Amino acid sequence: MSDPGASGAGLEKAAASAVGDLSHVDDSSQKQGKPRSLWSDAWGELRRKPTFIISLVIIFIVVVMAVFPSLFTSVDPRAANLDNYLKKPSADAWFGYDVQGYDVYARAIYGARASLLVGLFSTLLTVLIGSVVGIVAGYAKSWIDSLLSRFGDIFAGVPFVLGAIVILTTFNSPTENPSATRIITQVVLSIAALSWPVSMRIMRSATLVAKQQDYVKAARGLGASPLRIVFRHLLPNTVAPVLVYATIALGAFIGAEATLAFLGIGLRPPVVSWGVMISESRDYFQAAPHMLLFPAAFVTITVLAFVILGDAVRDALDPKSR
Amino acid sequence: MGRYVLRRLLQLIPVFIGTTFIIYALVWAIPQDPFAGKCGQRPCPESYITAMSDKFNFDDPLPLQYLKYMGNVITGDFGDTFSGISVGEQISTAYPTTVKLAIVALLIEALIGITAGVLTGLRKQGFLDNLVLVSTLFLISLPVFVTGFVLRLYLGPQGLDLFDVGVDATDPTFAQLILPGFVLGSTSMAYVARLTRSSIAENRHADYVRTAIAKGQPTRRVVGVHLLRNSLIPVITFLGTDLGSLMGGAVVTEGVFNINGIGGLIFRGIQEKEGITVTGVVTMLVLVYLLMSLVVDLLYAVLDPRIRYE
Amino acid sequence: MTAPLLEVEDLHVEFRTRDGVAKVLNGVGYQVNAGETLAVLGESGSGKSVTAQTIMGILDTPPAFVTKGAIRFHGEDLLSASDDRRREVRGDGIAMIFQDALSALNPVFTVGFQIEEQLTVRRGMTRKEARARAVELLDLVKIPNARNRVGEYPHQFSGGMRQRAMIAMSLALDPEMLIADEPTTALDVTVQAQIMDLLRDIQKERDMGLILITHDLGVVADVADRIAVMYAGRIVEHADVYQLFRAPGHPYTESLLESLPRLDLKGQELKTIKGLPPSLTNIPSGCPFHPRCPRAVDVCRTEVPANHRLGLDRTSACHFAEEVVSRG
Repeated sequence: MSDPGASGAGLEKAAASAVGDLSHVDDSSQKQGKPRSLWSDAWGELRRKPTFIISLVIIFIVVVMAVFPSLFTSVDPRAANLDNYLKKPSADAWFGYDVQGYDVYARAIYGARASLLVGLFSTLLTVLIGSVVGIVAGYAKSWIDSLLSRFGDIFAGVPFVLGAIVILTTFNSPTENPSATRIITQVVLSIAALSWPVSMRIMRSATLVAKQQDYVKAARGLGASPLRIVFRHLLPNTVAPVLVYATIALGAFIGAEATLAFLGIGLRPPVVSWGVMISESRDYFQAAPHMLLFPAAFVTITVLAFVILGDAVRDALDPKSR
Repeated sequence: MGRYVLRRLLQLIPVFIGTTFIIYALVWAIPQDPFAGKCGQRPCPESYITAMSDKFNFDDPLPLQYLKYMGNVITGDFGDTFSGISVGEQISTAYPTTVKLAIVALLIEALIGITAGVLTGLRKQGFLDNLVLVSTLFLISLPVFVTGFVLRLYLGPQGLDLFDVGVDATDPTFAQLILPGFVLGSTSMAYVARLTRSSIAENRHADYVRTAIAKGQPTRRVVGVHLLRNSLIPVITFLGTDLGSLMGGAVVTEGVFNINGIGGLIFRGIQEKEGITVTGVVTMLVLVYLLMSLVVDLLYAVLDPRIRYE
Repeated sequence: MTAPLLEVEDLHVEFRTRDGVAKVLNGVGYQVNAGETLAVLGESGSGKSVTAQTIMGILDTPPAFVTKGAIRFHGEDLLSASDDRRREVRGDGIAMIFQDALSALNPVFTVGFQIEEQLTVRRGMTRKEARARAVELLDLVKIPNARNRVGEYPHQFSGGMRQRAMIAMSLALDPEMLIADEPTTALDVTVQAQIMDLLRDIQKERDMGLILITHDLGVVADVADRIAVMYAGRIVEHADVYQLFRAPGHPYTESLLESLPRLDLKGQELKTIKGLPPSLTNIPSGCPFHPRCPRAVDVCRTEVPANHRLGLDRTSACHFAEEVVSRG
């Protein structure tokens, strides 16, 4: 029970299921010659794939954009010049100007940071919460598992967009003007609160599979403490599916930020993010499509890069394609 | 089979209560002033506050409030907006439109998705396969509103004018909903295609397919009956849950295309800061979504006999 | 002498994969007559199942490719027959049953449906006629309460009953020959015996040819008329069942028999065959068994042994076949 489709964030269901196969234990390949692990095999395969390289390059560029925006543009994104109201793209301003006279290109470059931060922190939080709950649910007694799973179902029962609407409108009565940090935190928390069940399920099923392995039973028989078993035996085998999920989810959450901003409940000015740019362009779409299309293109390409990356990593880690 | 249904139902109830309670608490209990921002730009009029406090039993402890609210909801009373319109009435006018939109989206995504998936699943590699893989990748990555705007711009009246995007009518025809339906279902369609493709590719090598061939059954039966019937199980169950989430996620699409459905209600509810509307609609949609999951679980048992006897 | 029902001649099959070419069958040949049971014996990877699948024409091509040989059914070479003709033969001329009935049967259709589709699609029977015949077939394989069970799903049957159901399905079109690929390996010992008895009875009644693929010598002794022993994609010995057990003509067969645990030799070390079956991408030169053979000498490493005739209808692919046979 989760929420695929219907919004930019729906793509993590695709991530979650794409990852289902990876809940296999890493039995390193028994090839003759030097022993190779799943990871070095995967890396060898990835290095040669053009899609992997391209997506990494794109992501690298976006990260640099976020950290050192001045490398990409010398224009001040906050310099508004109403003379340039809705001007179309030209040699001076590659992406044109928006309704307040800001240079769209400059804003898009500077906007990378907020969008990326939201994506990154949402993913980290989602994976953290989901993994902890998931491992506990997978490893502990069945009534604890039932309880935690029901709890996860409660959060999963809310379609993403609706849940985000409720949470974000509740914590921001519109009379106030929340600070940038506050709203970013809220968006991150909302995304994580609504998405953790998915990562929990992945972790849980990977744990359940790993738990059945003979070497885990042996470790228990030898009296190893649960903590040791978790860290030494379970965790290494559950990393793969979670890694794939996290990669794709990062992309999805960047898309989610854009969607939430589009709806008017996400990041808002004075924060500059791709989502904010898109939401501001909503009413001017007919007159000046460039206001929306360029940030939208940035979002799309970034999300695409993460999805392709996640796909490539998944294929490389899939023991079945050996 | 009966036991299975009962078990699922019992699992559903606490989840429903949990979710709706959280939503209720979020909207009404957590904010210091529950009426802040619920009446548009101005603070709420005294009369409204008194009337609503009474109706919503704000003097009662939270769990009781919640129960009374749910009691009202079950009888269809979602409260009134600050301008006096019954939310329940708004919902019943807007809902059929969203249902239509969701069904159109579902049909489109099923048709295109399954066809693409079957064709590429049967024969991996090749031009069609790469085409499908790339296009599904795009569709999955594009946020819905981007797809919506782009298609509306280029296929609508300002572009190729293939589709009439005037859907302000209260009772849009199915034809008018094709483009919005396509947009709404675009992400899921990509997912359906990929799911079908991998399900078919995996099941192609299953033992029972080998048996069917060894029996001398004609290829079209091996694929069309034996392979399909098994491979489509996860796809159909996905489509079932998707109907519920399409209705919930229509917010964005209805916003892009100006459709007066439930999503439009919520969308305007946010913009005009109508808290009562938003709560009511979200609660109802959650209920629908959970009910759909139950239906899907039942559907799964119908499709896969192995589940029935658990 | 009547012509054999099925004749496999000098069959060569290879699997072309990313990691290389695996020579799975390297000159396999055997025959089966009507009413006769041939047991094909060998370890995993010896090629016994692949041979059967090539006979049925159900190999995945690619990666499998038949590079040489003939498969003659009633004298007709199936390998050069059209796809339609091959499909005709399946189920009708030659039928096959598999090891794991649970995965071999379609889980979402009833057992009755799976039997009946043979009758309706390929014999043009009506649903009613097919249903009646399906019940008869389930009765034939001794499934109790057939009339009710015909509407049940495979997972509702026990292992032995499921195997019987699969046998019933294979008999639906009255095939002249049945290939049973390890039909009892997944079953309990007591059930194994019942299934083998069933197969033998059916075979006698219908005068069917039966190819029994197995790695279990015990099963073979009861049921087989003749035995073909396979190793690394070759038939290394071909003999009458009594001859084989009394005096094996190939070191591999010898080793197999010696490794059987015996009650009267209690307390002694269990004999095993050292080493592992070869990787089929890297088959040893000369005689493929030479790395593991207690009798191996130089010529075994360099020359592939021919099929030595040890008597009427008896062959062994060993340079020292005569010596091996006289030892026993």
